[in-house]
Amino acid sequence: MRVEPVLLARDAEGLFWMARYLERVENLARLIDVVQSFESPGREAESWTALVAIMSDQDKFDSYEAASNPDTVKDLYLLDRTNPSSIPFCLDNARTNARTLRPLISTEMWRQINVFHRFVMGIKPADLDGDRLSRLCTKIKESVQTHTGITEGTMYRDQGWQFYQLGRLIERADQTTRLLDIKYRLLVPRDREARRLTELTMWNAVLRAAAGYHAFKRLARAEFSAEDVAGFLLRDPSFPRSVFLSVRRAEYHLDELRRVHHLPNTSDAVEQAEFLREFILERPMDQVLEGDLHGYLDTVQIQLSELAGAIGRSFFRDWRPEALAAPAEQGQTQLV
Amino acid sequence: MDDERAGIFAGYAPEQYFCELTRLRADDAGVPALVRERLGRIGVDALRARAELAETDLIDLGITFTVYSDATAIDRILPFDCIPRIITPSEWQQIETGAIQRVTALNAFLDDIYHDAKIIRDGVIPADLVFGNANFRPEMRDFAVSHGTYVHVCGIDIIRDESGEFRILEDNARTPSGVSYVIENRHLMLRAFPDLMSGVKLRPVDDYGRRLRAAMTEIAPVDVGDPQVVLLSPGIYNSAYFEHVFLAREMGVPLVQGSDLTVEHDRVYMRTTTGLRRVHTIYRRLNDDFLDPEVFRAESMLGVPGLIRAWRAGNVALANAVGTGVADDKAVYAYMPRIIKYYLGEEAIIQNVQTNICREPEGLAYTLAHLDELVIKPVGESGGYGITIGPRASKAELDAARAALIAEPDQWISQPMIALSVAPTLAEEGIGPRHLDLRPFVITGRDSWVLPGGLTRVAMKRGSLIVNSSQGGGSKDTWVLAGGQ
Repeated sequence: MRVEPVLLARDAEGLFWMARYLERVENLARLIDVVQSFESPGREAESWTALVAIMSDQDKFDSYEAASNPDTVKDLYLLDRTNPSSIPFCLDNARTNARTLRPLISTEMWRQINVFHRFVMGIKPADLDGDRLSRLCTKIKESVQTHTGITEGTMYRDQGWQFYQLGRLIERADQTTRLLDIKYRLLVPRDREARRLTELTMWNAVLRAAAGYHAFKRLARAEFSAEDVAGFLLRDPSFPRSVFLSVRRAEYHLDELRRVHHLPNTSDAVEQAEFLREFILERPMDQVLEGDLHGYLDTVQIQLSELAGAIGRSFFRDWRPEALAAPAEQGQTQLV
Repeated sequence: MDDERAGIFAGYAPEQYFCELTRLRADDAGVPALVRERLGRIGVDALRARAELAETDLIDLGITFTVYSDATAIDRILPFDCIPRIITPSEWQQIETGAIQRVTALNAFLDDIYHDAKIIRDGVIPADLVFGNANFRPEMRDFAVSHGTYVHVCGIDIIRDESGEFRILEDNARTPSGVSYVIENRHLMLRAFPDLMSGVKLRPVDDYGRRLRAAMTEIAPVDVGDPQVVLLSPGIYNSAYFEHVFLAREMGVPLVQGSDLTVEHDRVYMRTTTGLRRVHTIYRRLNDDFLDPEVFRAESMLGVPGLIRAWRAGNVALANAVGTGVADDKAVYAYMPRIIKYYLGEEAIIQNVQTNICREPEGLAYTLAHLDELVIKPVGESGGYGITIGPRASKAELDAARAALIAEPDQWISQPMIALSVAPTLAEEGIGPRHLDLRPFVITGRDSWVLPGGLTRVAMKRGSLIVNSSQGGGSKDTWVLAGGQ
């Protein structure tokens, strides 16, 4: 006999966000690593400015100089615990969520997050030096991957697991669009051959940061184009970080919630996910690139946050004090 | 080997105090001697290194409480001492029966004072001590709780005097904490010091969660087949949050906060992903004051509006019951031997510490005359706050205590200075004697059960008698020897 354990709405939201924050930490480490690899002698500033731009953090700096100084930018993302887009901030939030979720996650998951948290809180300015930064990013990335592995091997597959996966996949899709966006924030040389070489280097770096380099090489033509890379990151049906695959997997977990865990109110989120998936496949890639890619990526990001919103309204709302105040909603709540 | 043993315990001098590891007891089966020998073989340096690793382990596992200041949040562990405290079978027999007797009397007392108050009519205890007590809850009057149990979880602080006699220092009948450390300390010992324990037969401590859940099920409203139990916590900012998580996990029940619960038609529900789900028993780790803003503190954000209504309607059980604080009050404590006699017709199996009740003229006069020999305690405080230890107090401190006693005598009790027993503890100077107490935990639903062992709290500072964790105390694994070693 198996009885589906109940899941508090607050805990469902906690799992969703714990996964999001951890995925964000991994992707921030990937972004920082790729930016560092874009640095070229005498032009370090540009690539760091690009990072600030895609994170929409320009207003966190007093001046353009500060926003393009590699040291202040690295500090903002790796040391500043009060900056909501920094690695320490995100990890601290992941851990706070994990703390409230202790009864639902395994001891091994909790222990690893704890140790990881202590490591990140101990990062020192010297660790951000050029020769050490990449190693630091690798360590952060691997720590999230360790978390992922422990979670895969120890977390009970109840509805909490589905919410955890939904958080992770939505965040991953969002971060992939940002990784793609960074390429378009960078200046390239005017000279044709120099431009071709620079772009090639940049695309390779983006693919490496997304862990898609080798898979892409196996698929791509010798003379690949920007459309090929963008198409791979956005639409590839098998690449684990592609937006398309992340959304499709999110749909699977929504379906599990409906089918296996008998959750009511999945339809809004399911519709939103379908809409997003179709949107990604709709336009030919060359058209997307000819037009406003940045605007296109922005739209994808907004659709992803709509999807997160639909999940929140359907499953997380009940614990909120304001839900009590709304009589219409109260009428709908099912008394068991 | 003998040299090494002499080495590690060479400077160890428990003086006049009863030592829990070096004093021979008839039924100790040679275990303390064996442990001393094994400690000697490990040596102080290796012990220190292993103890450090063990503490890192606690931090990694997040077995911590968080200390918040303006800008920072620091995770602290309860300091852990790796040298166990050993209790023999006959000692445990006395503690176990004494603790159950105590809880039985506490429940009978609460049931009486919230109904007919016979004990007051019979003149055993003064009326104003009960009805004038800040922790007496008039809301509780004439309300029948399941099985007559008010105190479902009780922690009883027991000390041992110079002669080796156990004495009860305090009852904790509200929301006692510390049981998680009993179990975690054992797990830690098994991981870090298996060689110290090898071959020694101990009473296990793993049954607590199952017993607690069973008791919570027993007290649920009677019309329910498979009652939904939850643990209500104030949340992650509470210093005992780790324990709340621990107990929810051990019981396998949801860990909820006030905002997760709602009351509709005098029934309690929790907010889940599928809507509202009925709750039948709440093990609450929230003080009375914060439980229900409709009845108690109106500004409390931690509680659940309407909870007391639902409870009085018989639709949900609360553990512990509301209003138990009147029974573990330090002023009522003094009457416990008479309370036991009154309800059970028995002598106390474990004696109180002799207590002078300053609200009574003789008690006040005696206290004022012997101020520098006595420990002066406020009746309403817990956690070791507000205590003046006469023999160690300065002239100014004694004068302050005298003034406070004269101003408000009924706020104070006094007790002789008890020479708490000691046990060898890893300290700066090597292995030194440190004072300790014992808090066994009693679970009561239909019947009472005592977790074998309990929390041994140890004052880590040399000579200190205050073992509270809020005042720098640590803890030890507590071994109750099984019979037939």
